[in-house]
Amino acid sequence: MLARRYVFRLIAMVVLLAFAAFFVVPMIWLLLAPTKTDYQVIHASPFAFGSLSQFGSTFHKVITYQGDLMLTWLKNSAIYAFGGTALALLAAIPAGYGLALTQFIGRRALLGITLVVMIMPATALVLPLFLEASAVHLIGTVWSVILPFAFFPFGVYLAYIYFSSTIPKDLLAAARIDGASEWGVFRHVALPLARPIVALIAFFAFVADWNNYYLPFVMTYDNSQYPVTVGLQVLISSSQVFTPTATGSASVEIFRPDLAMATLIAILPVLIIFMFAQRTLVTGMLAGATKE
Amino acid sequence: MTVPSATVVPDERASARRGRRAGGQPAGGSRTAGYFFVAFYVVLLLALGIAPTVYAFALALSTPGGLGFAHFINTFNFFDFAPAFEHILEFEGIWLVSQTILVVILALMVHTLVRRVSSAFRFVFYLPGAMAGAASVVVWLFMFDPHTSPWAFVLHGFHYRLLANTVAPGNLPVIFAIMAFFTGAGGWIVIMYGALNNIPRELIEAAEIDGSNAFQTALRIKLPLIRKWIVYMLVLSFAAGSQLFVEPQILGVATVGEISPQWSPNQLAYYLAFQLDRFNDAAAISVDLLVIGLLVAVLLVWRGRLFEVD
Repeated sequence: MLARRYVFRLIAMVVLLAFAAFFVVPMIWLLLAPTKTDYQVIHASPFAFGSLSQFGSTFHKVITYQGDLMLTWLKNSAIYAFGGTALALLAAIPAGYGLALTQFIGRRALLGITLVVMIMPATALVLPLFLEASAVHLIGTVWSVILPFAFFPFGVYLAYIYFSSTIPKDLLAAARIDGASEWGVFRHVALPLARPIVALIAFFAFVADWNNYYLPFVMTYDNSQYPVTVGLQVLISSSQVFTPTATGSASVEIFRPDLAMATLIAILPVLIIFMFAQRTLVTGMLAGATKE
Repeated sequence: MTVPSATVVPDERASARRGRRAGGQPAGGSRTAGYFFVAFYVVLLLALGIAPTVYAFALALSTPGGLGFAHFINTFNFFDFAPAFEHILEFEGIWLVSQTILVVILALMVHTLVRRVSSAFRFVFYLPGAMAGAASVVVWLFMFDPHTSPWAFVLHGFHYRLLANTVAPGNLPVIFAIMAFFTGAGGWIVIMYGALNNIPRELIEAAEIDGSNAFQTALRIKLPLIRKWIVYMLVLSFAAGSQLFVEPQILGVATVGEISPQWSPNQLAYYLAFQLDRFNDAAAISVDLLVIGLLVAVLLVWRGRLFEVD
């Protein structure tokens, strides 16, 4: 019996380690590739470390590609993601509070619609959104990307669940008895208690916005407006590695280490957030679901 | 493909707590205050959720002779329409089956570990979620290229010597399934782990006292109790998978003509709108995809009873 249990645990550990390798190896490769030359990426071991100086020169080459194109893409990503996240929070936190702790006609219907649009994949709405943005002459402006990002029904649902399960009604009632206005109750009682959910919604919104490709791909139309996700595609199409006839920026050739470096730079902000949010993500992501 | 935005599942304990604290009813606040708090969100919902949906239906149904299904028929007869949906179905079949089996097995295994080790595994599984979308496609381009891949020995086993061999059209559903699993599975493993933690410990201990081994406990006790989360994952993943765009798009750019630019329905809609200027036909495909998403959403919200709505 005991032997069988050990065999089971051994098998489980082997399987888990194999899948851990599946998830980790591409990320290790991504970290190591920019330390090597293109020749080394092809001929050396995938896990060989090149040199820090090579890493530095690859970084410099990517960051100065076509002047400051990479920085422009990063700046655009930041504007879209921070703008979208800020507006999403401005809408979602009060809405979740209103749905959870106030009564008004249409509340249940609004909640139902929120759930439906939350589950519907947003990608299906991108083309109709383009037509709508085009009708109001927003195409090519930052608002054509930021406003659709601001609509984040998942955040409303999260805020609703949080406010309805965490904020004691008596506390709000006491504040009202003390003469606080409805806004005052929200601002001075509920909001200070809602920091964890504000952080969680901000995390989900920012990651989704930063990684979004299709919406900005449709809404923006040149290099100066692209976020870094679309910029990566520009780099691939300019790279002689995949497109032998590509001319790139005439003088600068894009090789494998450069593409790896660009990808690393593109995911860095989200990766940092993931690292900092590690504990919340793997334990607190599900309220009440920790193994305590 | 991104980690599904709905990765936080409704918490059953939350409803119980709410029942205790709030009596199951939202209360307090005047009606006017309620409208005030939801006002900005409602404006966004109307402008960016409802309006584009209505606009898509209007465009898809409007014909020179009034309302009709001409644009749906047009797209249905378009030579890339059936293959695009076939591709998606094939991809979904491979991805959903493999993801479901593997996520459940991995979550069950992780759940048997001590907390510190389990936490490390969950983080490693979840981390690739940071590079969902374009970044993941670029990395996997190198993983599938026998010249650069750490998995070259596996690719050579299939007699693949070039990237073009690996990403041959017949392999694309599997390739996209691997990419989707890479970025999405970790989130689901964490969710399943959370669902497993909601199972009362006494229940598992009772089974063990009755002589149940780890495998039997997983199969007979844990699995049935997390069944609804498995359904939740399946349905949500199906809806998300139907929207595939960035993966075939970037792979198409990288392989220059090897992959049809109308490989997926979303790509086809994009092609019709921006290459052929057939916005009504593109809207018809958007409506097809919207209807799939809507059906799934309505099914989950009203039939699945997975979400708390009081």
